[in-house]
Amino acid sequence: MSVVVITKSTPDTAARVEVNAAGAVTWGDAQVVINPWDEYSVTEAVLLKEAHPVKTVALTVGPEIHAEALKQGLAIGIDEAVRVWDDGMEGQDSLGYSNAVTATINKLGDVDLIIFGKELVDVATDAHIFQVARKLGWPVLGAVSRIVTIDFAAKTITVERLIEEGKQTLSSTLPAVISVLKDINEPKYPSFIGIRKASKAIIPVWGSADLGIGDSGSASAALVKTTGYANLPVRQGSVEIIDGATDQEKADKLVAKLLEDKVL
Amino acid sequence: MSGVFVWIDQFHGKALPIAWEALGVGRKIADSHNVSLTALVFGQGTDAVVQAVFHYGADRVVKCDDATLADFRLEPYVALLDKVIVDEKPLVVIGGGSTRGRELLAAAAADTNAGLLADITELTIEGDMLQGIRPVYAGKILSTAIIKGNVQFVTIRSRAFPTPIADPSKSGEVISVAPVLSEDQIATKVIAFEETKGSVNLADARIIVSGGRGVGGPDGFAPVRELADVLGAAVGASRATVDAGWIPYAHQVGQTGKVVSPDLYIAAGISGAIQHQAGMRTSKVIVAINKDPDAPMFKLARYGIVGDLFKILPALTAAFKSKLGK
Ligand SMILES: Cc1cc2nc3c(=O)[nH]c(=O)nc-3n(C[C@H](O)[C@H](O)[C@H](O)COP(=O)(O)OP(=O)(O)OC[C@H]3O[C@@H](n4cnc5c(N)ncnc54)[C@H](O)[C@@H]3O)c2cc1C
Ligand SMILES: Nc1ncnc2c1ncn2[C@@H]1O[C@H](COP(=O)(O)O)[C@@H](O)[C@H]1O
Repeated sequence: MSVVVITKSTPDTAARVEVNAAGAVTWGDAQVVINPWDEYSVTEAVLLKEAHPVKTVALTVGPEIHAEALKQGLAIGIDEAVRVWDDGMEGQDSLGYSNAVTATINKLGDVDLIIFGKELVDVATDAHIFQVARKLGWPVLGAVSRIVTIDFAAKTITVERLIEEGKQTLSSTLPAVISVLKDINEPKYPSFIGIRKASKAIIPVWGSADLGIGDSGSASAALVKTTGYANLPVRQGSVEIIDGATDQEKADKLVAKLLEDKVL
Repeated sequence: MSGVFVWIDQFHGKALPIAWEALGVGRKIADSHNVSLTALVFGQGTDAVVQAVFHYGADRVVKCDDATLADFRLEPYVALLDKVIVDEKPLVVIGGGSTRGRELLAAAAADTNAGLLADITELTIEGDMLQGIRPVYAGKILSTAIIKGNVQFVTIRSRAFPTPIADPSKSGEVISVAPVLSEDQIATKVIAFEETKGSVNLADARIIVSGGRGVGGPDGFAPVRELADVLGAAVGASRATVDAGWIPYAHQVGQTGKVVSPDLYIAAGISGAIQHQAGMRTSKVIVAINKDPDAPMFKLARYGIVGDLFKILPALTAAFKSKLGK
């Protein structure tokens, strides 16, 4: 029985991200960190391990830079890590990604639950979460704010999920895929011993050949292709500070301006 | 019959505004290819929605009205969508990027091995190729992507595309189809639902009034709510206030909360951290209210008032009340 968390690295959220003259995305010397949503998924996996007889595995699909997220996971208490990558995967689309993950899950075997963070903060995609589930043929419960019950022996799970209109309680069978939101737990941070253990860990790298997936995880099979990046257009104008003798006068002036601009 | 399909996101018989935005995008693509626009309405008790989709531009409707579809669950919805796609072979399938739309279209794209242009804010049609732009890295830069394949999936971000002008005289052909999965074939069961009371969906909101740590505590949201009520606005919040337990997470705006794009965003007592900006940067007009004249939010704002939010917000509420005649 095992629980797999699927994660990636991202430049620190405070980083200044820019497109350089060559068209590449740069973030100066900002640190690379685990995708912030994945702090919750990793923590949830470790909490499950503390309460149930399950093994935990962290998985990433991506070049070396994404090993950072795996190391963070190991330092927080995940048992094992695997990185999936080969050069042909650079530029894969979300279907290629899902094919690679599906083959990895099958190769690992005996997986009952896959946990993703809600989305990748950098590219803001979550399509891969639902596509992995469909490729595996497993039910998927997205935007989970709480695992109400999970029974690895009976193979059932009940969760609360947040949708636009409110909170839904859903049950499903295992194996399943879930994506988790920020209020599912209080993230755990790496311990000193955990960091030491993680820095020594040797993380295996599996490529398309190891997974036996031909080119179905590669860029050559991609239907969606990123053609370029651009900086934002410069924001016009600067702030107009509304002054007045009293607070009410300031408020009246602002309201008049908003009505004049037809904002309302 | 290969045309353009738009999946209509509806909840308990009421369509979300983003469904109309998606129909507008669908109409544009359908017209440029000279094909018809089909709206897909799945659910239970959706007659009103079916009528309305014609007003917003659909030529025909494929509907499935069934108890298994009363609440959105991915399995029965995607099984049905897959079947409609295989039967009718559309060129393009569009959906709103709501929680449901993002899940459903991603899943159907996987099942039919098709490409997905996700969460776009701009779309260009070049011949039979679609090109989408969307903000990435928390909106700090833009990414452009193209898509190929026989069926192409597109999801759009809320409020990025205009709502078509409704024409109530329009109607069209309605085709009813049967569900694909029966209840005993669906692993996921809905046990309970708790509606968030009086909430305006942040992603759809035209006006948002947000409070930050400056509100000082849970009761500090009262003046924020009072202003929001007068404006018919949604209430937003910074992460600092959510983490402090002053307001539920559903209100959080930012990188690890909701991404919003209202016509007017009023930020009261929010410093304007980069992660908060990630969620509201594309708002049309931003108003910052902060007692610190150096708060970063003033750099992003169109209008600013330097002052105490506990004085400024009630003053604004009074001013709007008298101007809007409430
Ligand atoms: C990975 C990551 C993800 C994050 N995601 C998000 C996110 O999604 N959303 C988010 O908001 N933040 C997010 N943050 C947190 C973010 O960095 C800031 O800490 C947070 O936005 C600060 O909230 P705030 O502006 O309310 O508080 P503060 O920064 O403390 O600002 C409070 C402001 O209120 C003003 N003020 C105080 N009293 C008054 C008064 N009486 N009248 C007027 N003004 C007053 C102060 O001058 C100050 O500017 C994230 C951080 C990280 C690291
Ligand atoms: N504008 C876009 N619209 C839709 N999908 C995109 C877009 N840009 C990138 N993607 C997809 O998002 C994922 C990450 O892309 P990237 O920005 O290249 O890291 C890949 O699956 C891309 O194909």
